Amino acid sequence: MPGIFAFAESRDGELRKSAHEVVTAARKLADALGTEVHAVVLGASGQAAAGDLGQYGADKIFVGESGAFDRYSPEGFTTVIVNFIKEHGCDAAVFPATALGKDLAPRVAARLGVEYLSDATALDAEGGSITVTRPRYAGKVFGKSTVSAKPAVVSIRPNVFQPAENAKAGEVQQLNVDLGNADFGAVVKEIKAAASEKLDVSEAPIVISGGRGLQSPDNFKLLEELADAFGGKAAVGASRAVVDAGWRPHGDQVGQTGKTVAPTLYIAVGISGAIQHLAGMRTSRYIVAINKDPEAPIFKVADYGIVGDLFQILPRMTEEVKKMLG
Amino acid sequence: MKSIVCVKRVPDTEARIRIAGDGGSIDPSGVKFVLNPYDEFAVEAALKHKEAAGQGEVTVISVGEASSAETLRTALAMGADNAVLLKADRTPEGLAAARVLAEEIKGREYDLVLFGMKAIDDDLQAVGAMVAELLGIPAATAVTEFSVEGGKVTAHREIEGGAEVIELKTPCAITITKGAYEPRYASLKGIMAAKKKPLEEKPAQVEAAGAAPALSYPPERQAGRIVGEGPDAVPELLRLLRTEAKVI
Ligand SMILES: Cc1cc2nc3c(=O)[nH]c(=O)nc-3n(C[C@H](O)[C@H](O)[C@H](O)COP(=O)(O)OP(=O)(O)OC[C@H]3O[C@@H](n4cnc5c(N)ncnc54)[C@H](O)[C@@H]3O)c2cc1C
Ligand SMILES: Nc1ncnc2c1ncn2[C@@H]1O[C@H](COP(=O)(O)O)[C@@H](O)[C@H]1O
Repeated sequence: MPGIFAFAESRDGELRKSAHEVVTAARKLADALGTEVHAVVLGASGQAAAGDLGQYGADKIFVGESGAFDRYSPEGFTTVIVNFIKEHGCDAAVFPATALGKDLAPRVAARLGVEYLSDATALDAEGGSITVTRPRYAGKVFGKSTVSAKPAVVSIRPNVFQPAENAKAGEVQQLNVDLGNADFGAVVKEIKAAASEKLDVSEAPIVISGGRGLQSPDNFKLLEELADAFGGKAAVGASRAVVDAGWRPHGDQVGQTGKTVAPTLYIAVGISGAIQHLAGMRTSRYIVAINKDPEAPIFKVADYGIVGDLFQILPRMTEEVKKMLG
Repeated sequence: MKSIVCVKRVPDTEARIRIAGDGGSIDPSGVKFVLNPYDEFAVEAALKHKEAAGQGEVTVISVGEASSAETLRTALAMGADNAVLLKADRTPEGLAAARVLAEEIKGREYDLVLFGMKAIDDDLQAVGAMVAELLGIPAATAVTEFSVEGGKVTAHREIEGGAEVIELKTPCAITITKGAYEPRYASLKGIMAAKKKPLEEKPAQVEAAGAAPALSYPPERQAGRIVGEGPDAVPELLRLLRTEAKVI
């Protein structure tokens, strides 16, 4: 029986949060279509956590371990997945819209000769066909596509599909990933971790972003302190203005030419709310704005706002959050 | 070094997007169209590497309607050497666009094929990787910076919490994101020169489109509430986040 293929991303032997979201989204489709979820995990040895995917609704978990998969291999992963899909069949293949997923999914689709829809915010099965809803024009409109060709290859936007427990037996099987003496034209040689081992803005449940209102790179420590007060759940983002000024790395930039984020809570501090910034954060669940200008456009999209000087507000907020959560 | 850069004509980031009467496309009237911002980074990268090598050629290619010629002229004005418009009665997306591009590129001689990381109209982030797959060449996506040396490319690719360093054999495909290639402005001289540069037009064989997606506007975000002014509003804000929004 063709199932729903779910790509469960792992790094250093640990499943990424997106893996639970992908399996949850796949489970929902599988239930609607009366089929199974086949989760695939690829990596070096020690994918022990893979078994947990049963908890989120995976019927079968295929673990492909290989020294060659110590790091991401674009061509290697594509080949293994395309072979898997050809052998097992699938109605839909769900990937996370993470850096890895967005690289891998379009390759898999092209090799299978089918379309690919990225960054979906909803996946449904209606009358036996799969529908995919996704933002277009930076979220100014949403498009809902009914996918007729099989499989429907999609990636899902991080943080949108909340992982739901839906325990299945989650039988783990080894997947043969022997690619012989494959000589790949692209090889990941090294992973350079960012200076701090912090959560990435695209994955964090709380994002606190700073803009030109912060006045200097040093003042970002006020945001870092607030993020710390949230106890490892928050990441610090930035507007393009401060990235272009060299105050923050590009990896932290939120917006049209930066990252798209959809945290449960987005706090914009000293950010005016230009349309290109909104492009990257308007699907956040709750938005808070802190700005001294009551006319700043950011207040038009914010659920809650405080008008005032961020240099007075932030220290107080850090103190109060510590009190509340500490 | 020969580079090909694939470029797309897209609505400006500031454009107000209105859904057309058919419910599946946008109304182009009054919309300003530009060279896709990510493709500007790609054109800039190609020009920088040509300049560094002291020789080479930069060819820009677009699949789309006749108006995409303007977009190609913009890239020529930045400094690309020649352009190809694969003309169709609509601008294809995704696999359909990738197939047309791959068909054109496969008959050419090149070291690098560059793309923007994504087109800001369909926001798909797919065409570069798909073309690479169809051509059977290695690819790196979401690259902020790369170097080329003796048939080998070293690319830095943005990932969560850091970067991956990828080595690729040429010919290869690279999709570019914001990073080391801040696009230059076209000078007046560049704009004049662009008018005389070769821009070849050919008909493209675009496969029939599937059903268009049903477009809708996202629910308007309601302007919320100003909780208060200054630091004294903080406790009330946190109370609302905890009891009303239930997010902390
Ligand atoms: C093609 C293109 C792509 C772009 N992509 C992006 C993108 O990806 N991301 C992005 O962010 N931008 C992007 N931009 C830029 C965007 O248009 C804005 O220029 C940018 O977002 C402004 O950044 P900002 O809000 O930090 O600065 P400003 O607009 O200068 O706003 C600073 C704000 O801080 C407030 N402020 C100042 N001092 C204080 C204080 N003491 N206390 C409280 N508030 C204070 C001010 O009232 C003001 O609202 C793009 C632009 C273009 C053309
Ligand atoms: N119609 C097109 N013509 C030329 N290049 C295109 C076209 N569509 C997409 N591209 C290229 O592929 C990149 C990614 O587009 P997309 O996958 O649509 O987000 C763009 O930045 C362009 O470099």
